[in-house]
This record gives sequence, structure tokens and C-alpha cells, in this order.
Amino acid sequence: MNVENNKQKMLMEQIRSLAFAVNDLALYLDTHPCDTKALRCQQDYAQQLHDLKQLYQKEYGPLTIYFPQNSWQWIESPWPWEKGGA
Amino acid sequence: MWTYDRHLQYPVNIKTPNPALAKVIISQYGGPDGELAASLRYLSQRFGMPDKKSKAILNDIGTEELAHLEMVGALVHQLTDGVSIEELKKAGLDAYYTDHGVGVYPQSAAGSPFSAAVLAVKGDPIADLTEDLAAEQKARATYEKLINLCKDDPDVIDVLRYLREREIVHFQRFGEALNGVQDKLAQKRFYMDRK
Repeated sequence: MNVENNKQKMLMEQIRSLAFAVNDLALYLDTHPCDTKALRCQQDYAQQLHDLKQLYQKEYGPLTIYFPQNSWQWIESPWPWEKGGA
Repeated sequence: MWTYDRHLQYPVNIKTPNPALAKVIISQYGGPDGELAASLRYLSQRFGMPDKKSKAILNDIGTEELAHLEMVGALVHQLTDGVSIEELKKAGLDAYYTDHGVGVYPQSAAGSPFSAAVLAVKGDPIADLTEDLAAEQKARATYEKLINLCKDDPDVIDVLRYLREREIVHFQRFGEALNGVQDKLAQKRFYMDRK
């Protein structure tokens, strides 16, 4: 695996971790909406997630169809359920 | 509406195909306590919920279950990917291959097609949330049985352990939502005069 591939994988792992944290916090906040400590974590992680996703998409292609594209890269890389996919 | 994020919630990277494991894991795709049943159960029950917390938790856990459905599908797909007809036959997947080929069909480990009869939507928040608590425990128990059956494959066990843990978190959140609904129902009712 080359260096660029490794960088992409590491960035995806960071995105996945943050997305997990944001999702798990959402479930917690659904039943504890007044927990200010959890809310601060949500703000922090959601902002980091947003920034890293922008960075990833500019570099390696879209993670959603809502990301503006010059060429239709959406269909190019392996899908998440396939080997080598994200 | 929903949008698709082009990554799994937790990675599935199976190095060695093993169709015999796919044959049992498929139960968490379309079986009685599987992820398809879970997502449909919660996303259908949410319309009948009375308060903010229970509506939100059913919506958001129902959505997460769709991500788990995708992970289980990825497991089944990768465990059977590139496997020869001989190996499929040896694993007892010849009948499955006949009807579904390389597709992932929502069925139980015993081969019953997915049925909405495995879930309930009672339109009663206490009944529905109590069912959801049981559903999470049944899914947790199923993942434990699958972990026992997949002992020699660490790549598979890693994913199954993750999914098992999520059932426990969901059980906790449904319990909190049920408490909220019960508190609301126990409140003294005030009737306002219309003047």
C-alpha cells in the first residue's frame, strides 16, 4: 500500500470515529437533552467531523451526492460493502 | 428523507471467505431478530409516539439500524465473495445459490424469507417501547450465538462484537425513553376552561 493510500485510510478512520461519536451522542442527547457536557462534546465533534469530511472529499472524492463534483467520481471508488471500500 | 454516507459505520474487512459463516450471519440481515426487522420496527413505531424523546430515539436508532443492515450485508457478501460452487455446496449454500446466486436476500439462518410478522407496531407507546427493549435483548443474544459459531475468524468476531455492543446501548436508550413516557402518563392532568 502506498503512502497516499495510507493517508486516505487514516483520514477515513478519523471520520468514522468522529461520526460514531456524533451518532452515539445524538442517541444520548435524545433522552438527556439538557446535559450541557454532552452538548459541548457534540458541538466539538460535529465541527471536527464537518471539517475532516470537507478535507477528505476535496482530496479523495465525494462521501455524499451533495458534494459538488467536476466529474462524476461517485461511481469510481469501491463501495463500502466491497473489499477495499470504506 | 435519508442520505447515503459512502462509508460503513464500522469497517468490515474479511480476509478469508467462509461461506459457512455467511449462512448463519444472514439471520441478522433478514431473520426474526435481524437489522431489517429492527429498522422497520422503530421507523414504523415512531409515528405513534407521544413525546419528544421517544419520537427522536425511535427515529435515530431506526436510522442506525439501517447502517447495521449494511454492515451485516457486507459481512455476508465478503464471506461468499469469489467462492467456488464446490465450496458453496460444501457449506450447504447450494439451495441459497439456486434462488439468490451472489445476491444477499433477507432471510433467516434457517432459510425463512423476511416477514413483517416478526415485528409489531401497536400504536401504544408503552407496548411498543417494551417490545423494543425485548428486541434489543434478542438481537444481543443472537450476536452472542453467532460469536460462538464464528470462533475461528477474528475479522468476523470483531464486527459481531461491535454490533452486539450497540444493542446494549440501544436497550439503555429505549429504557430511558420508556421512563419518560411513563412519567408523562403519570402527570396530573389539568383541564382548562374555554372562556
